[in-house]
Amino acid sequence: MEIIAQYGHIFLIMACVFGFFMAWGIGANDVANAMGTSVGSRALTIKQAILIAMVFEFLGAYLAGGEVTATIRKGIIDADVMADDPQLMVYGMLSALLAAGTWLMIASIKGWPVSTTHSIVGAIVGFASVGISVDAVHWDKVSAIVASWVVSPVMAGVISFALFISVKRLILDTEDPFGRAKRYIPVYMWMVGFMISMVTLLKGLKHVGLDLDLGLGSKFANAIPVSAVIGLLVAGFGALLLRNIKEVPDEMNRFGSVERVFAVLMVFTACSMAFAHGSNDVANAVGPLAAIAGTIQSGGEIAAKSVVPWWILLIGAVGIVVGLATYGWRVITTVGRKITELTPSRGFAAELGAAGTVVVASATGLPISTTHTLVGAVLGVGFARGIGALNLRTIGAIFMSWIITLPAGAGLAILFFFLFKGIFNP
Amino acid sequence: MASRNPLGNLFGRSPIGPIQEHMKVANAAAQQLPALFEATAADDWERAKLVHKSITDAEKEADKLKRSVRRHLPKSLFLPVPRADLLGLVSIQDNVANTAKDVAGLVIGRYMRFPQEMQVSLQKFVETCAATSQQALAAIQELDELLEVGFSGREVTRVEAMLKELDKLERSTDKMAVALRAKLFKIEKDLPPVDVMFYYRVLTLLAAVADDAETVGDRLQILMAK
Repeated sequence: MEIIAQYGHIFLIMACVFGFFMAWGIGANDVANAMGTSVGSRALTIKQAILIAMVFEFLGAYLAGGEVTATIRKGIIDADVMADDPQLMVYGMLSALLAAGTWLMIASIKGWPVSTTHSIVGAIVGFASVGISVDAVHWDKVSAIVASWVVSPVMAGVISFALFISVKRLILDTEDPFGRAKRYIPVYMWMVGFMISMVTLLKGLKHVGLDLDLGLGSKFANAIPVSAVIGLLVAGFGALLLRNIKEVPDEMNRFGSVERVFAVLMVFTACSMAFAHGSNDVANAVGPLAAIAGTIQSGGEIAAKSVVPWWILLIGAVGIVVGLATYGWRVITTVGRKITELTPSRGFAAELGAAGTVVVASATGLPISTTHTLVGAVLGVGFARGIGALNLRTIGAIFMSWIITLPAGAGLAILFFFLFKGIFNP
Repeated sequence: MASRNPLGNLFGRSPIGPIQEHMKVANAAAQQLPALFEATAADDWERAKLVHKSITDAEKEADKLKRSVRRHLPKSLFLPVPRADLLGLVSIQDNVANTAKDVAGLVIGRYMRFPQEMQVSLQKFVETCAATSQQALAAIQELDELLEVGFSGREVTRVEAMLKELDKLERSTDKMAVALRAKLFKIEKDLPPVDVMFYYRVLTLLAAVADDAETVGDRLQILMAK
């Protein structure tokens, strides 16, 4: 108790700095995966991609980032075990942030495809199980999270596969692909609008302080009609944009005009991807911060109930945007340059499949890797015979990174945990 | 800072564009055969040598492209069509250029000029052989559209129509070759025997150019088959 009273402000400032730095790293590195597909397929210029990413990463983080943040903060570890020594929670979360940050730095230098999510989860499990006690970890929750890491890419792959097949049937493989594209693409736009507003209504509005009640019983039932209408507005707006696209006959590239219609759709899916990414990944940075802030503000009692304070999500959201502005744009350019083989008709299917999966995970509070989900989605399109060549070695690299990241994150967190304990504990 | 973005590494270089490029170059070799025979008919050996040079250049270029396609098709790539089919397609495409080069080599090496009474139908035959190769290229140019729709449906029907046209062209080259051989047979006793031997040989090789082009189409059909 005294320790918290004595060093509370220092801990909080450290946590904010570490958390902000993590968010910066997410903006600098991870956003590139979410936006690279749009840039690579030339649906967006790099400037447009940055702008969309800034707005929608922020909105996603701020409006829908609460659930996953709550999981990171109090879902993985059992706060009650630490009730007598609340400073352990502070040390632990600080060391988790530091460990994940260090590990990501190493991975960046080495060029390993390491996920931020896996690093932070590994670190938290590490400090809790070794530094405190094996019982301090909610192992059932952890195994659910680990299972979601396998399920999410598969699910994204299945959705993208289905989306691409539907595009083939409804648009590409028809007498008049261009006319069909203009007719059916607003439907996909509707899906984007519906999905994002569903998540926002169900998970986001309580942060803004709005409460919506149409008197339809459950929250879910209330959200459906509103989201459907918002989806219609989005689709209507999209249809307006599509009106400006004219068909240019080109014998060498007969699908050129159709792809330009898909490029408009991809602007929408890029927004959803950025939103989804923000909603899931911001938690990696601010989840531990929220835990520390909660512990300190309640004067040492580990609060397990209250919602995530809005200013914490704000720190994360701003951190992501700053990371994007200072360094992320360069990474987006690099990734985009490697993905030139992806055309908008495939890129959208991959993005929508991934974004849908991530958004569902965000709403459920499961921290997953956006990048790995997107890789799964792209493979799904590949299985529908949509992509020229995919490098399967990437999958091996991802599996390896899973196996290495968890113990590495855990090990570093344990190291930092005992370091902090040595410094601050009398 | 190196990137830890597996997404960028996920995308391999699509073989479709390079395969199309390869066929373009291989066909360029075949397309010069009419000019070669025109030059020999006019006894213009300066020009014939120039054409021969540009045929061998195209063949060399095709070889280079072929090797590059193979190098960029490692086993770890996941492709929308079987890798073996793509590799086979490139080999067959390469044959078009190789056979064209063989024809040009023989013609130039022996200062070969076909008898006057054969010239008109010979020229027509050579042009049809070139047209067959051109049609094969046209079908290969559809590969990117095939990829766009995932190798199925209408696009397959469209390409199959093109392949039918290709078959027709190849059959007509066969008929022309038969007619030319018959004509040659009639006059062969008045000609130097060694020359006659190589006339037959060149006729066979020309028909083989059209044959190779048709095989390209066959390979493409296998590629599209489910």
